Order: sequence, then C-alpha cells, then structure tokens
Amino acid sequence: MESAEQIRDRLLAQFPGAEISVVTNPGVAAQHSLLLGAAHARAIAEFLRDDANLKLDQCSNVTGIDWPEKEIIETTKSTVPDPAGGPAKVVELKTKRIQPGCLEVVYHLYSIALRHGPVVLRLRTGNRTDQSTVPSLTPVWRACEFQEREVFDLYGVVFEGHPDLRRILMWDAFKDHPMRRDYVEPDDYEWEPTPHGAVLEKAKAHYPAPSVAAVPAAEGAKP
Amino acid sequence: MSVSDLSSLGSPGGSHVRAVHDEFHGDLLEVSMGPHHPSTHGVFRMIVTLDGETIVKLKPVFGYLHRNHEKLGENTSYLGSMPYTDRLDYLSSMTNNWAYALAVEKLAGQPVPERAEYVRVILAELTRLLNHTCLAGFLMQDCGCSGTPLMYAFREREKILDLFESLSGSRMMCNYQRFGGCRVDPSADWLDGAKKLTDGYGAFLDEFETLLTGNEIIMARTQGVGRLSPALAISAGVTGPMLRATGVNYDLRKVDGYGVYPRFDFRVPLGDHGDVYDRYMIRVLEMRESIKILSQALAGIPAGPIMDPKAKLRGFRPKAGEAYGRIEGPKGEIGFFLISDGSPNPYRYRIRPPSFINLTILEDMCLGQTVADAVIILGSVDIVLGEVDR
Amino acid sequence: MLGSGLLQGLGVTAKNFVGSFHDPARLTTTEYPEVKTKLPEAYRNFPFLVSENATDPMGTLRCVACQICEKECPPQCIFIEKSKDKKPDATGKLQLFPAVFDIDVSVCMSCQICVEVCPFDAIKMDQDFEIATTDRFTGLMLDKHALAKPNSYFHEIHPTDAAEVDGRLAAERKAAEEKAKAAAAAKAALAAAPKPAPAALAATAKPPAAPSAEAPKTPPAA
Repeated sequence: MESAEQIRDRLLAQFPGAEISVVTNPGVAAQHSLLLGAAHARAIAEFLRDDANLKLDQCSNVTGIDWPEKEIIETTKSTVPDPAGGPAKVVELKTKRIQPGCLEVVYHLYSIALRHGPVVLRLRTGNRTDQSTVPSLTPVWRACEFQEREVFDLYGVVFEGHPDLRRILMWDAFKDHPMRRDYVEPDDYEWEPTPHGAVLEKAKAHYPAPSVAAVPAAEGAKP
Repeated sequence: MSVSDLSSLGSPGGSHVRAVHDEFHGDLLEVSMGPHHPSTHGVFRMIVTLDGETIVKLKPVFGYLHRNHEKLGENTSYLGSMPYTDRLDYLSSMTNNWAYALAVEKLAGQPVPERAEYVRVILAELTRLLNHTCLAGFLMQDCGCSGTPLMYAFREREKILDLFESLSGSRMMCNYQRFGGCRVDPSADWLDGAKKLTDGYGAFLDEFETLLTGNEIIMARTQGVGRLSPALAISAGVTGPMLRATGVNYDLRKVDGYGVYPRFDFRVPLGDHGDVYDRYMIRVLEMRESIKILSQALAGIPAGPIMDPKAKLRGFRPKAGEAYGRIEGPKGEIGFFLISDGSPNPYRYRIRPPSFINLTILEDMCLGQTVADAVIILGSVDIVLGEVDR
Repeated sequence: MLGSGLLQGLGVTAKNFVGSFHDPARLTTTEYPEVKTKLPEAYRNFPFLVSENATDPMGTLRCVACQICEKECPPQCIFIEKSKDKKPDATGKLQLFPAVFDIDVSVCMSCQICVEVCPFDAIKMDQDFEIATTDRFTGLMLDKHALAKPNSYFHEIHPTDAAEVDGRLAAERKAAEEKAKAAAAAKAALAAAPKPAPAALAATAKPPAAPSAEAPKTPPAA
C-alpha cells in the first residue's frame, strides 16, 4: 500500500488547493495520518473509496478526540556577546503561547477488496465552542452513521450532512458532552458511603451526619 | 414490494415510510420493543413502526447500559483498564483482553513470547466456540424453541467456562492477558483438559446440528429472512460472521495474520444469501474450523516463558504516539485505538465495538419483514449490550 | 421427506432426556447449597490480608501500608491509612503497618490486580463467596480485622501458590540474614584491620539475589 505521503501527493494532484497534510505518529506503530481540511473532505473520502489503487471500502472506526487549549512555555537560549569584550552571556528567554484547542475526528479506513490498511483520516474543528462543525462522512461510508452520532453525543462535534444527528448513548435531555476533558459531572448522584476521600466527602455533603440528639441514647451506647 | 427492493433502499436514516403497502392504507402503529424484553438480549430498545404486521420503520435506542467506559479508560492506568475490557462483551472476555493487549503492545512495541501467542490462540478459539454455541442457543430461543437448544448450549459452554475458571480464576471476568504475555502459565493438566474438550466438541456439534440444522420449522422460519447485500454490509462496516454470511471473504485471522494464526491450517466459511439461516450456518461451520485450529495449537504449543521478561506491570508508560490494534473477535472486528502522551494513563482510549456497528444495518434488514422476524434478525446479529452501550 | 429433520431432532431430545437419568456426562446440575461443587484452586473472589499466624493476626500482618494496591486498584475500593509508629515484622525489621485498611467489597470486582502489584505478598485472593448481608453499606465494608486471615488459610485454599510464596519469602529472609551477617562480619573485619583489601569488601557487599520461579515482580521501590 502507498505511504501517507504518497497518498497526500496523489490527492493534491487530484484536488489542487485542498488542505491536506500528513500528521506523523511518533510511536512504534507508525500509523501516520492525513489531516484534511473541511472544504474537500467529503470529495477526498469518496475518491479514496473509489480509487482503484486504494479501494478503501470499509470505514472501520470513528474516534472523537478532545484537544483542549494548552499553554506551552518555550524556552529559547540565545548568546549575547558582551560589549566589553568578555565571554558571551547565555540568556534564557521564556515565551508563553496558547495552543488553540480543537475537537478532532479520526477515521480508520481499510480495504476489504484489496486487503490493506489502515489509512487514517483526521478532521479538525475550528475550536471547541462555536466552530465545532466538520463534514459528515456518513454519505460515503454508512458505517459512520452511529459512530458519528456517538462523537456528536460525547464530544459535541456537529457533523454537517449527517442524516440523523441525535444523541445516541446519553438521553435526549442531557446537556453537556461527557467525553470532553473539562467535563464536570453534575452533583446529583446518590453518593454511597465509601471509604475513599473524594467520594466520601460528597457522600457526607449529601447525607449529613445525624445530630447527636437524633441517635437513640438507650441502645448501642456503651457504658 | 419485495424484500430485495427494500434492502436496496439503504439510505441511512431516510424516510423508509414509503415502504407502506399500496393496496390498503391502515393506520401505522408504533411499538416500543424493550428495553426489558426477553428477545432484545439485554436492555436494548427498538421503536418499531408497523403497518399491520409489516415493519416500515425501526429505530434502535441505545444507552441503557452506558457507563462511559472510554472515560474510565482515560482515568485508569493501562493495566487498570484490562479488567474493564472483560465487561465489554462479557461472553468473550478472552478476546477482548487480547484485542486490548494487542493494541497496547503495538503502541509500546512490546514483543510477546511464542508460548503466550499459542495460549492466546487456544483461548480465543475456545471463546469463539462458547460464543457461537451460545448464539445458536439464543437464536433458537428467539425463533420460539424455548429452552432445549439453549440449555444444551449452556451445558457445553459451562465446560469451557470451567477451563477458564481453573486457568484464570474466574469464569467470565477472566482478566487473563497482560501486555507482553499472559498472567499464568497453563499446566500440562489444563492443556490435557482443553484437548479432551476439543476432541469431544465435534460430537456435541453433530448432535446439536441434528437437532437444529435440518429442522424444517427452523428452515421455514429463517431462510430468506433478514437478507443483507454484500455491498451494504461492507459500506456499513459490518464485520465477523455477519459479513461472511453475505459471501465476503474477510477474516482478520487470515487478512492481518496476527499472533500465530498464519501457522494454522483452517478455512473461512462463507454464506451466499446473507439471511438468518446463513448466519447460523456460518457460526456452526466456524466452530468446526475452530476445533481444527485448537487441535493444531494444542499439539504444537512450545515450551518457554509465558511473559516477556522485559514486560512491565506497574509504571507502564508507553512513549507518545498512537496505535490501532484489531483482532477477529467472535462477533466481528474488535479494535482498540489508543493515544499515549507518555503518562501512565492513555490520553484517548477508544473501543471499536463490533456488535454496536453491526447494528447499523438492523433497520435495513428488518424493513418489509414481520415483527416476529425482527426478533430473530436481532438475534442473528449477535449483540451483547455491555459492548453496544459501553 | 418433510418432517424427517424434525423427527431426528426429537430423537436427540429423547436421548438427552433418558441420558440425564443415568449418564453422568448429561447430568450436569448440583443441588446447591446442600451439595457444593469443588472450586478450582485458581478460583478468586475478593482479597484478604495475609498474617503470619492465627493467634496474633494484627501483629503479624505482612502489609506494610505502602499503598501501591490502593493506587493501582481500578475501581478504587481500597482505603489505607499508614500507622504513625513502626513495629517489627516477621523478620524483626521495623516496618510501618496499616492503621486502617478497608476494602469496600460492594465496589471490588475481584480483578486480582492488587495481588499482582503487591511486592510483599501481603494481599491474596480469597475463595469465600457466601458473604451476602442484609446491610448494604457497613456489612460490605471490610476492615482489617475482617480481612486478616492466617497464612495457614492461604495454604488451604491456594496450596501451590502458597508453597511458592513461602519458598520465596524464606529465601529472601535467608539472603537478608546472610547480608546482615556479612555486614556484621565486614564491620568486625573493618574494626580489626584498619585497611582491609577492597576485593574482600566487594565480595561480601552483594549477597546473591533470591531465586524467583515466578514471573518477574516489580521491586518495591520502583
């Protein structure tokens, strides 16, 4: 099978002006992926499905990933020559930059006809709040139907062109998206008394300890 | 409108209501089957719209057993997620363990000793035997032969579970595989027991098939019901026996050749109608092939360590990267997609649940069939709700 | 012939029905609780704490409250508080001990990970499954008194495992004693001769590692 770079070059020749880049996987598995821009994503997906060399007819797995905003502190070292002619000084310069957050959807494609794979596609949203739309690939591979609904449900990615975008695992009236990294669970459970710190504190808050007067004095009290 | 016309519709979530019979126009009836219904294999619900007895629309409702397994996985160490994988498809914990171990081994580049690979094959094929035996029993229960085939299936399953219990300590929640091998080395006695079971299983299958395969009522009930076309099956990501029943030759044991499967001689059974009967037959034939693999693996198992000496239990931190690992589970392709950021917990822990994705085409298979057929079509998909809802 | 498949199937059920009266292979049920099936040795159900002897279980717990199991437990059902003071363990070495050791068995899923990560062989899997209570909270919250069971009980339920653990611990203790002896000897030699040969010191400094038949265990200080 062609490498991710070869596929990218072929796609760029086919779709001039499309945003396609290779995301390198630094791990041992070395399953590199193709990051697609939203504008051409569906056309590219159709091309990958129908291309005679690739024939990626099965979309095996759809994964949502949350990348929250990250503050990155970079340290750059620079040598400043001493005007007096002494040894050069090393100055450390710390710069803070905010890496913008996004939601990402990863598609693992395989070819049943040619028995190869995976080709990994990635789509990213603009941000995590108001620009959380990516094009749906359900019209290309039916397998995405439930899985994209799941990503919508648990991450809040809106799939444009999905035929039936509803919550799937959580109930319809549920508000938040529980798989996001900054999800805070509502404090509405029946916390059961457990030995553990955090849960124990919550249990205490929900079931205040009975006051001393409420405890029957006659029974159980040791002399 | 015939069944084949309906299955060619295939438009996802579109308006299937146009399948209403033209001859008479009665009111459509909406029936909620489940979540607590004996035929739904757990807490699964189908909202079925009926025209008379014919299904014109079917919407599955999920989530009654949802526990956000993937979030649990992100908040637990790599090792700590292993017992949770048992609880996905709780009929086949050994293959779930293997799929997860395989993904982590891919992520960390962890080798596995040969003996452990053989033990994994033996356990996976035993799991396939017990899963398919149970499925045949449940399917017959759905067809209406209440009790007898299911109890025969459970009797045999119990023998396999006894083997699992004496090896791993638990019948169903085995928690047996580790990254870089298996937890306990099976003794010679255990291997003898597995061999005895393998040798006797063919006779049980013969008996089971005499009871079911040639049975005229079962044939009338299942043949031509719930047809699925190969093109739709591939597009919808259907895997496992469901896919092979439509005639598509795709078995990950052959395609990926993971573990030591390329060393064994076995065939991949294929169906040609893609109906419920084919799905039943594929599973019976797969069990026969599993018995072949088992006897080869039990004869050829080498001596040696069961764990890689460099494998780490505690403080396991694969370096940053991602990996998708998949195996052929009894229900289809079970895969794990893991992203590591170098910390002890995975950054992202995604499960590719075969029975959830196989349900994508439930509506397409049921359209135009009667409501009683929907029950056996669902039975033939082979779902376990622990995995569907996660 | 139509119906022959049905008749053959009925033959199978008839064979099973008759067989269930005299064929032990087809007679698969037992009447619990009057008849109990023998549990396999590997069977596991909820952990317990191993103490060296039955007479003084609290004094001879192997647990040194290192809290590794608490951290590794997937459902987080273990709660440990370290003691303020130390007391001697089986070898006479001063060790911490758990002031509080609770396991919430309504949360525990018997996964055995605490047993695998324990570097002191202090926690092992029990086989007692008849622990139903009428009280859901306190009845299923086992403290260290309820959890402590003697080593002889461990031998009773997991004989192979227990023998292996005892062998390993004995070897480790012997090695520790030899090390202490060697250290004492080296000290004495150092006191006797102000300038000992460095080679002699190097030879006594490292006692041979305890042989381990089991899969490699993570050292306690990892």
